[in-house]
Formats: sequence, structure tokens, C-alpha cells
Amino acid sequence: MSTHQNWAYTDKVKDHFMHPRNVLLDEDYAEDGKGLVGNIQCGDEMMVAIQVDRKTGTITDCKWKTFGCASAIASTSVLSEMVKGMSLEEAFHVSPKAIAAELGQLPEHKIHCSVLGDKALRAAINDYYRRSGRPEKVVEEEARVICKCMNVTDHEIEEAVLDGARTFYELQERTKMSTVCGMCADEAATLLRHYVQKHFGQTPHPA
Amino acid sequence: MTEAIHVFGNPSSMHAFGREARALVENARANVAGLINALPEEVIFVGSGSEGNNTVLSILSCPSEHCTCDRRRGPNGIVTTRIEHPCILETSKCLKGRGIPVVLVGVDGLGKVQMDELDNALNDGVGILSVMMANNEIGTIQDIKAIAARAHAKGILVHTDAVQATGKIPVDVRDLDVDFLTVSAHKIYGPKGIGALYVRRGTTFCPLVRGGHQERGRRAGTENTLGIVGFGKAAELRTRDLAEEMPRLRALREALRQGIEERIPDVHFNGHPIDCVPNTLNVSFDGAEGESILLYLDLEGIAVSTGSACASGSLDPSHVLLATGLPVERAHGSIRMSLGRDNSEADVDYVLDTLPGIIRRIRDMSTAYRRRTP
Repeated sequence: MSTHQNWAYTDKVKDHFMHPRNVLLDEDYAEDGKGLVGNIQCGDEMMVAIQVDRKTGTITDCKWKTFGCASAIASTSVLSEMVKGMSLEEAFHVSPKAIAAELGQLPEHKIHCSVLGDKALRAAINDYYRRSGRPEKVVEEEARVICKCMNVTDHEIEEAVLDGARTFYELQERTKMSTVCGMCADEAATLLRHYVQKHFGQTPHPA
Repeated sequence: MTEAIHVFGNPSSMHAFGREARALVENARANVAGLINALPEEVIFVGSGSEGNNTVLSILSCPSEHCTCDRRRGPNGIVTTRIEHPCILETSKCLKGRGIPVVLVGVDGLGKVQMDELDNALNDGVGILSVMMANNEIGTIQDIKAIAARAHAKGILVHTDAVQATGKIPVDVRDLDVDFLTVSAHKIYGPKGIGALYVRRGTTFCPLVRGGHQERGRRAGTENTLGIVGFGKAAELRTRDLAEEMPRLRALREALRQGIEERIPDVHFNGHPIDCVPNTLNVSFDGAEGESILLYLDLEGIAVSTGSACASGSLDPSHVLLATGLPVERAHGSIRMSLGRDNSEADVDYVLDTLPGIIRRIRDMSTAYRRRTP
């Protein structure tokens, strides 16, 4: 029998995993906005549905579903609690770091699970804007090509960072970017610093 | 094994204490040899199954004038399969980087080696073929005897990693007609950190660990006396129990498989339905992710493993399941259950009482599952 003493996760993750909050079980849930990100081939898929008070622009309810591991379940569960009562603007800027902090801590290779949660939430907010006839409020998260030789986008740099890249060399290894003409090296290095700071709150090692 | 704790002597010393330890080691060697029908002198104790497998693959790659491996100017290519343990796959990758030709042969949907692909791979440049006898994740058993015959017909040495097979099904080196075979103590209820490599008498060899006369100069380093004695005892017990334990485990596995099939919709069993070790059951649940299943079961006191990427720390799901052509999402939703001597029908019943609720709960939460009938 396991004694559960050496869980890879914090007690709060365990609590949300064992007793997930706000799971969408009602098939007829009347959501005002819904977002689905990830896919099951990658091992994680998340759906976030929100109800919005139109007058105040605040989220009144948040439900979710996920195909994913313990930290995917826990991070979406905790996110659904965090955003209730938040303004749409505030909710739009909930970061993966904030979700991980709310849970206490997540193992580094599990951070991408909570990243999916905040992406699904933003997709739900955008969906709400579209449905409520305010498409001008939609903030698209379009990928921008940074390395033109190897066709690598800023999203791929972010993914590489979440996947463990910390140095410029590791970034090159993972994405093959900046290995041909080298014109994008400065911008890539800036983005590397930005994403490492954003997700892990640390400055990368010098290349 | 408890008597061995008090044996202080170094089995390689000539004094009385040393001789006492030597006698224990040689008795253990005879027991391990007995389990696989080898001669005691054909059994080399090594630190683990992984060390045994590393040793075998490295034999033909030795380019040194100082070594006596007589085949070093012969073909040194390696043929193995896509579903081997990482200690074979990683070693092959390393040797490939040093210029040794390496070919990985595929398997079919049930995990059996593709024989036509194998025949094509066994060409003139190949020195050794390594195929695992039973797979650790899906339990599929290969027809090593037939595979060995094909390789030997072309003068190619044959190794089988029998770590998962030994103690669970009969393993007979004479019947299989292999040149090398690896076993590990902890897979037969022996201590951890001790393995054995069978090397057929007269077969070319080159040690991985050099610089000592231990194990007839084939594996240097002071003998792990305690581990060896425990290994010997475990081998003795498995030789005795095997005939009884095999059908018992097979019946438990079948009860588990049938129970899951009856109680949980949308499940898929992975691996060969008949040619499989009696203790391993690998199953995928549509719309449920493996690490979640593992952790919910763990909280109920049931220990399983998963082929999902999430549990491994890498982003890739099981290479074995993918090699059988399983869709990625099904690999993410797989768990492996292993049965052993301490499991009873009551344990199977407990799993069958617990698992359906967990799967239902995960599926209720899942974006990837729609119930077929309301």
C-alpha cells in the first residue's frame, strides 16, 4: 500500500486532483464563451467555458473539462476558482506562473499543462467577445515568424522554453532556429529571456 | 541470504573466509544456471540486466589489439528491434555514433517481430542480433528459437534479453539455442542491483568492466556476494515454483482482463493475447489519460505504470506502444498492470471494484470522451 508521502505534487495539487472543482458535467450548460486548446495526440486537451455578467464585464462562472494528467486537472480546477468574479481584462492576463503559484508549485516539466489552462481561458474570452457582437475586443494570438530561414515562430520559441530550453544553444538545438543566416539571433535571444522570465521567473544562462 | 550477511570473506581470497564466500557464490551460480538450463561456468554475474545488455552489444565493437575477442575483424553490425528496453536502444544509438552499423526491426500490431523485415536486416555486415524474449510493457513473447535459427544460418551471434521472461515462463538456453542471454535478480523476487549474463561456452567475448580476474576475467570487480546469494536463492525458488505459478498467474490475468472488458466500455488490450507473459496486462482506455489513472489508482493502494508521456518526464509516449502502431492518444491512455506471487483473486476483485469508478470519473472530466449510450 502506498503511503502517499512522496507525491511529486504539492498538497494543493493533490487536493484539486482528488476533488476537482467546477468540472462541466451538465451537457446543457449555457456558457457565454467557450475555448478549446491542445489536442489529445500531444497528451493534453483543455476546454474552458465561462458565464459573463454583460453589465459589469465580469466572469460569474467558469466550468471546464480536460484530457490530461494530474497537474492539468489541478491547474484547470484552480484556474476555474481564480477567475470567478474577475473582470474579463484581468482574466485575460492570468499567467501560467500565477496558476502554478496558486497551486504552490508544479514540477518544471509540468508547467505546460497550466499554460494550456490560461490559453483555453483566453480562447473562451475571445469567444465571448465574438458571440456578444464585439469582435474588435478579440485579441488573436497569432504566431509571428522570427527565423525566416528555418520558419520558426515566437510560439515555437515559447514551447521550446517550456520544454526545457534555457540557453541559446539549447534553443537552437530544439528549434534549429538561427542556424543559417543568423539575422534573427538578437531577437531570438530577447524572446528567450522574455519567455524564461515569464514562465520560470529567472534569467537564462549566458549563451 | 541472512546467513550470507555474516560471511565476511572476499570470494576471490584464498583463505578460509574467502573460501566460505566462494562456496556461496558458486552455489548461487549453479542455481541461476539451473533456472536457464546453462552450465555454471556459462553464467557471469553482473551489476544489473542493463549491464549485461550493454556488455553483449559492446563485444563486437571492440577494435583494440589488446583484447582477445577473435571476431573483431569480422562483421560487427547490430540488428535489434524497436521495442527493446532503453539499455539496448541507447547502447545501439551510442555504438551507431561510433560507426557501427545498427538496424532496428519493426513489430506488428501485437508486438511480434516482423520476420520478413528481420530477414532483410540480417545481411553480411551483421555480427550480432539482439531480440528481447518478452516485452516489459506489453508482455509479448517472441519466438526466439525460430529467430535464432535464422541468424545462425547466416553465422550471426544471437542475444536475447530475457529479464522479463525468466521466472515467468520456461527459459532454456539450449532449447532456444542462443549465444547470450540476460537475466536480472529483482525480476524474479531476488535483490535489486544484481544480474547475470549467460555466455555460451566457447563464444567470443570482451568484458565491459576490465582489470580483475573475477568471473573468469569476464567481469572485473569484487563480487557482490550478498546480491549473488540472494539471486541464487530466488533462482532456486523460481525453478521450483514455475510450473505451479504460471497457470495461477495466467488465470488471474485472464480474470482481470475479462472483468475489465465486462465492466468498462471502450477499452483496448495491448500486446499479444496468447503469446504473452502470464503476469502482464496492458490496456488503453479511450478518453482517459494514463498518469491520472495511475495516480487515482495509487491513492486507492493499487500500483500500475503507464505508457503516457505525462508520467515519464519526456513528451513522448511509450516507444513500444507506438512501435505496435497504436494511435498516440491510445498510448497516452494506457496502463500496465503486473501480477505477482503475492497477488490473489481478492486483489483482482479489488481492482475490478475500484477501476471502473476511476475511469468513469476521469471520462466525466475528459474533453476526449463521449459516452456511447446515455
